Amino acid sequence: MATISQKVIHEYLRHDKKFPHVWCAGCSNGIVLGAIIRAFADMQINRDDYIMVSGIGCSSRMPVYVDLNTLHTLHGRAIAYATGVKMHKPKMKVIVITGDGDCTAIGGNHLIHAARRNIDITVILVNNNIYGMTGGQCSPTTPNGAFATTASYGNIEPDFNICDLAMGAGASYVARTTAFHTQETQNMVKEAINHPGFSIIEVVSACPVIYGRLNKKGGAPEMMKNFRDNSVPLAAVDKLPPEKVEGKIIRGVLRKEIRAEFTDAYAQLCVKAQSMGGGNE
Amino acid sequence: MATVKKPVKPKAQTPKPKESNDTAKLVVLMQGNEAVARGALDAGINFFAGYPITPSTEIAEILSVELPLRNGVFIQMEDEIASICAITGASLAGAKSLTATSGPGFSLMQEGIGYAKLTETPCVVVNVMRNGPSTGMPTSPGQGDIMQSRWGSHGDSPAIVLYPNSVKESYELTIRAVNLSEKYRTCVILLMDEVIGHMREAVSLPDISKVRVISRIKPTVPPHWYKHYDENQKYMSPIASFGEGYRYNVTGLTHDALGFPTNKSAEANVMMERLRKKISYNIRDLVQIESYQMEDAKIAVFAAGITSRAAKSAVAAARAEGIKVGLLRPLTIWPFPDDAAKMMLRNVDTVIVPELNQGQLEHEIQRLKEQKTSTLIPIQKADGTLITPNDILRVIREVH
Repeated sequence: MATISQKVIHEYLRHDKKFPHVWCAGCSNGIVLGAIIRAFADMQINRDDYIMVSGIGCSSRMPVYVDLNTLHTLHGRAIAYATGVKMHKPKMKVIVITGDGDCTAIGGNHLIHAARRNIDITVILVNNNIYGMTGGQCSPTTPNGAFATTASYGNIEPDFNICDLAMGAGASYVARTTAFHTQETQNMVKEAINHPGFSIIEVVSACPVIYGRLNKKGGAPEMMKNFRDNSVPLAAVDKLPPEKVEGKIIRGVLRKEIRAEFTDAYAQLCVKAQSMGGGNE
Repeated sequence: MATVKKPVKPKAQTPKPKESNDTAKLVVLMQGNEAVARGALDAGINFFAGYPITPSTEIAEILSVELPLRNGVFIQMEDEIASICAITGASLAGAKSLTATSGPGFSLMQEGIGYAKLTETPCVVVNVMRNGPSTGMPTSPGQGDIMQSRWGSHGDSPAIVLYPNSVKESYELTIRAVNLSEKYRTCVILLMDEVIGHMREAVSLPDISKVRVISRIKPTVPPHWYKHYDENQKYMSPIASFGEGYRYNVTGLTHDALGFPTNKSAEANVMMERLRKKISYNIRDLVQIESYQMEDAKIAVFAAGITSRAAKSAVAAARAEGIKVGLLRPLTIWPFPDDAAKMMLRNVDTVIVPELNQGQLEHEIQRLKEQKTSTLIPIQKADGTLITPNDILRVIREVH
């Protein structure tokens, strides 16, 4: 795995009063954060132009550690707050950090509508298949049959395929990777930030302390090995026999297309309104 | 907008009456909701996010036409929750923002209103009340959100809530709501009655250049000295906008002066006291009341919004019969005008409290009533119809 230089840490993380972080030992959130700040370093971003918005949950505690404009909001609502910021300051780069419960349960409505509008926001969704912060309840991505503190007999609900959901709603950049594939995550973050439209990266991640324990997935190393051994790059899917793809995590950029972006469309609407002199009355 | 414009008081030497931008006042026939939209624009609102709901929808419709003309933002969100979140995010990015809704949407917004108050982010929520609870009687009038506008969000979060009783006042109090939100860094609520939102009245609009507009104070310190919640600034500290070089943190968690989460009770106490004091130490600036014929009154009517207009007619009619009765009306409903209400209770024998709910203003008057002072007579209706002047006059005569 890639290492993070002190220089990158010094430049992109806040120095005072924020550490130690809130995450458990073995949690993937720190790995994802590392990939994100390495992407920032690669891109040489201007920190003043970037804002990181999050909701509630383990991954949503990420922004407070990062030396950008940071906005930690309500459970499920990060994309709605981000929409407000982006619409008022379209030149700002808006990144939403969220989790599976935050974004696809309580916040599902905002996800699909932001995707439909194709507003230029980058969503990095850390999917650990469970509600970690509240102690391990079932989420919309907890697999059928898996165990959670609210699914002691096994989860009877089917799970969301987050990337399919985002594509169905109209997201113009959709990618999936895992917390094991840090370089891939880093590259996708760069690509998603540069993509002019709604972009979402699902990072399949490990919650060994709760999800791993309840489902006998082993510790953090075993879960990471599982991501390595049970994921398939998109490019290889067609070349492999179906049984070798069945049940695997498909990694890669699933969609990348250029469509009309919402803040651009709104700017054009203003020009049109002004040329008409106001309304259709 | 369906408006009738005519100039008043043309200058003597002007041969023809003409619309002048500098001196003449415009008298315009407009709806209460239209007045809110106009007031919002005149107060500098440049961001609106909302969701359709009767009887507030005209505000969104008008701003969807007007804001793009001014390079402001209008966005129709997926629900009311998204609307309050979007206006809060936009405000932190530097916008003056507003949303408009009615009871069911107002209920959905409560968590977001609490967030805006806790994070001390200026924004305005207009609630054009309708009869409730739940979907209620769309869209008959009701005054059932008086308590919700104060206590709707969980936790202690002191509120500023304004309540007009005419179309003209809807214009004026919208401007005041925006100004107070900027000055006190909080989510200010404008309560409207369905009847006022949809009623048309002639309004004389002030010269726009004479409208007093207050904007948030901007920091002058370098970024590394900036505190988003500076405790040394009389509870109204400067706000940097996101994207201006001040890379601060905002959280709905209890936070310290820099905006970072804290679990220390000393820091939590500073934050909570700041939220409380910025309202309770500024009552004189915040509370506005109208006192009508109260000087020698033995009977007082305490009413707000549309009901206060029926009350005023009843008071005038009773005065014509020689009954010593007056009206006390809060324009600021929260913080509640405790001092004025206490004085009223001391000076009169009877207080009549008419309202379109099952006893929300009555509850407050009851709270302030000392033993052995005046008698309190409620007149309550929550059936979707209005309290008429006659309903109140009848009670005044009985008491007299």
